[in-house]
Amino acid sequence: MSLWEYANPVKFMALSGRVLPFATLLAASCLFTGLIWGFFFTADDFKQGSTVKIIFLHVPAAMMAINIWIMMLIASLIWLIRRHHVSALAARAAAPIGITMTLIALFTGAIWGKPMWGTYWAWDPRLTSFIILFVFYLGYNALWAAVDDDDTAADLTSILCMVGSVFALLSRYAVNLWNNGLHQSATLTVTERSPIDASYYTPLLICIAGFILLFITLVLLRTRTHIRLRRTRALLARGSA
Amino acid sequence: MLPLIKRDITLALRSGGGFGLALAFFLILILFVPFGVGPDRVLLATIAPGILWIGALLSCLLSLDRIFQLDAEDGTLDALATAPIPLTGLATAKAAAHWITTGLPLTVASAPLGYLLGLPSTGYLWLIASLAIGTLSLSFLGMFGAAVTVGIKRGGLLLSLLVLPLYIPTLILGAQTVTRAINGDNPTATLAFLAGLTLLTVALIPFAASMALRANLR
Repeated sequence: MSLWEYANPVKFMALSGRVLPFATLLAASCLFTGLIWGFFFTADDFKQGSTVKIIFLHVPAAMMAINIWIMMLIASLIWLIRRHHVSALAARAAAPIGITMTLIALFTGAIWGKPMWGTYWAWDPRLTSFIILFVFYLGYNALWAAVDDDDTAADLTSILCMVGSVFALLSRYAVNLWNNGLHQSATLTVTERSPIDASYYTPLLICIAGFILLFITLVLLRTRTHIRLRRTRALLARGSA
Repeated sequence: MLPLIKRDITLALRSGGGFGLALAFFLILILFVPFGVGPDRVLLATIAPGILWIGALLSCLLSLDRIFQLDAEDGTLDALATAPIPLTGLATAKAAAHWITTGLPLTVASAPLGYLLGLPSTGYLWLIASLAIGTLSLSFLGMFGAAVTVGIKRGGLLLSLLVLPLYIPTLILGAQTVTRAINGDNPTATLAFLAGLTLLTVALIPFAASMALRANLR
């Protein structure tokens, strides 16, 4: 009994079918508790007022945006090395979720940035690297959509994900250099409140857990859809032959 | 590999379009900038490094889909894939030929075009150095994009979407080198980073490209 057993689509379908209701329930309850707690039962910050509460959406979404790409990279490597179809489909299923998370992080950041920084957008290294990540997601997704043959598409997107990871990371640090070269570094570092207060910390952790569970739920659901889609196509092909 | 490079250069020179097209595009692009932002010398000199770099980068993009597409259509690519030379060698040769026919002419052309934009005299050496080194990395990354999209009908637009994000670090480092030079800062650090990036690309991208070619030829 090992993890690789679930590379078999039949076994994956059986297991994910059993896990899915629990994951859905847990994600919903975590998000419900975390967001309600965060929005209505925490004190306002003495400087930022109630705008600080956007971290309960912003931080988990930003974390997931990066972690989903890492998950896609791992799934791509598993596909390239061991050629498990479920792995390739999971990477494909994760990409649109990653795009959504990146957008949520960018938009919530902009909404917070207007009252705090006085602008929706600044060419701050962090903000810029998120836009870059977004572009990488778009390219990855477009390549999946463009290639007809499933196995070739999985190969090509996996290779792109590999190369893209290296260059996304390089961009992250190149952007640092570019910004320091042009003007002073980060305008306002209100974000760096590292010893975050406990009254915020607990709901934030619950929210992060909720986002992770939400991602697991969605990725299982979308992978199942892709597997079913592929089965349907196989059945249709057999019927017409 | 040398005969392959020679063949690609000859094809680029004789078949028309490919060779001069990128240069003409570069010229028009630079010509458009004063039309767009106005003929203010000071403003033009400030944005010249970035404009020249973006211009060279976009001109590079134009001829990318020719790298493998024509060979794939007439079956040459299949013959080359079964030839004794490994696919990584083929990929390297293709990228090198692309650099010689696109990157080098663009580098040479950048100096007079820089003069048109009023680039300060301290910038020229660094502009040429950064473009000569940087376009090599652009050619290799572009060749990778061309290898990925070779099987896709009308993959030109997709090719740009895949390749442009990969160009970001090169663009930042290249334009920074020139900007620092004209601002009186020391540009050697960014130029060294750029050279390192190019070496990394040249060393590793042919392997990724050969994987993509193999997937497409299967």
